[in-house]
Amino acid sequence: MSAHRDQPPEVDPVTGYDTTGHDWNGIKELNTPFPRIVIWALVITFVYSVIAWVLLPAFPWGRDYTRGLLGLDQRELAVEQFRKMDAVRQDWLPRFADADYAALAGDEALMAQAMPAAARLFQDNCAACHGATGDGGPGFPVLSDGYWLWGGDPETIAETLRYGINATHPDTRIAEMPSFNWMSREERAAMASHVAGMLDGRSDPDSAAGVSFVENCAACHGEAGEGGLDIGAPSLIDEAVIYGQDRASVMRTLFDGRAGVMPAWEGRLSEAEIGLLALYVSGLSRADAEDAQ
Amino acid sequence: MLKLHYNLEKVSMGLVVAIIVAASIGGIVEIAPLFRIDETVQLPEDLRPNTPLELAGREIFIREGCYACHSQMVRSLGDELDRYGPYSLAAESAYDHPMLWGSKRTGPDLARLGEKYSDDWHVAHLIDPRAVVPASIMPAYPWLMRPLDTGLLRDGLATLARLGVPYDEAQIAAAPADALAQSRPDSTEAEGFIERWGEEIALRDFDGDPARLTEMDALVAYLQSLGRLTDAPYRLMAAEEGAQ
Repeated sequence: MSAHRDQPPEVDPVTGYDTTGHDWNGIKELNTPFPRIVIWALVITFVYSVIAWVLLPAFPWGRDYTRGLLGLDQRELAVEQFRKMDAVRQDWLPRFADADYAALAGDEALMAQAMPAAARLFQDNCAACHGATGDGGPGFPVLSDGYWLWGGDPETIAETLRYGINATHPDTRIAEMPSFNWMSREERAAMASHVAGMLDGRSDPDSAAGVSFVENCAACHGEAGEGGLDIGAPSLIDEAVIYGQDRASVMRTLFDGRAGVMPAWEGRLSEAEIGLLALYVSGLSRADAEDAQ
Repeated sequence: MLKLHYNLEKVSMGLVVAIIVAASIGGIVEIAPLFRIDETVQLPEDLRPNTPLELAGREIFIREGCYACHSQMVRSLGDELDRYGPYSLAAESAYDHPMLWGSKRTGPDLARLGEKYSDDWHVAHLIDPRAVVPASIMPAYPWLMRPLDTGLLRDGLATLARLGVPYDEAQIAAAPADALAQSRPDSTEAEGFIERWGEEIALRDFDGDPARLTEMDALVAYLQSLGRLTDAPYRLMAAEEGAQ
């Protein structure tokens, strides 16, 4: 083949292209030139990359990097973009940082503007546990039924949001149903039946379990199980128990105890967002009550 | 130019050299910056590595393929900052081998998930996602309540230590015991855990079953640690917002 190197390439008469000089029993191979469009595309991308390299941040360089003539910084851009989005809310959102909820709720124009945002905030942060409509979940409180363990006015809800319950915040609310596994199984079974029966008034307060209830449970749940002490202990006569009040569930609660966690949102949500959500959540139960009427 | 290439093709050794030169340019451009990674990525002072229990959870996270649907990187885009919080920093995953940034989100990003929801929620959600989020398409992982195998943890920490993660010898030696201790705040081993790992780290029964150390304990401990190994992103974000 080296013989071909010095000769001029043979030209194919039909296409006008050179041949490679390879010859297989008289069949010769065309040396079709590389398509122009591909070469131009390559050239354009090369040129573009050089321009981009000059204009944009491109390559690490020692302790720094080539910053580019435009001086763009993705972090600054993101923060700027975020502030622009945030600016749209600035004419109404900061008002929710002050705690005069009655005045805020009375301002209908403000509420019309704010509640759609509140609903989205609720979906992003609260709905995972409390359900998309605030109807709760297995082991997670219902927010739409008007029954509250800590009080349902916006001020109290805002405080629960801020500090959480059994959360990692230093000012967290603390509520624990202790374990009664020191009781004998029979005592616990009798107590479970007693507590399950309180719902429909089948329980006898003068029974052994009834006496034991006053001794062990009344301090938090109230003497007749009426709750309402706003210390995180539910009423036992209002179907307010998060974990179920059938006999088996109560047995489990008595044995293991309960200490559900509401995370603290201070830091993750701004004070204004917490105020907004507090109003929204307090409104969930009111909306439900209106539906019922 | 094309003529030069045409002639080069006919000299095989010349072509080999030219290919090596062209390929190494691409290689050097990608690899050279990594030689200076220690200078370009500055580790925040408060950055901590994962505890043995969290590390076991990370292995389960990888084993179950969670990364296929969940990224762990808040991108530097305005709407991501609005939804998830400060954008992710390279330093945050400096101790991750391999990193789990991900690029595809079928589920939400998890980089700022730690302590957002309660342990109970994570347990309920992993066992049956539909029980708490009716519209969820996430698969259920009910088998996570089986006992956690801590047998490989010591080797796992030792391997990471060789890769530059600052685990000391005491932490490596006590890894299996500390995995158990982190889920038992009232046990005698908990004191040793606090001594080796500090007081700031979540020390509690994660899976709601204090009697057993399960894979659920490990995975929930890991999920609750996401985005909480350093406060640097929050500090930086506050500084940038203040500067504008």
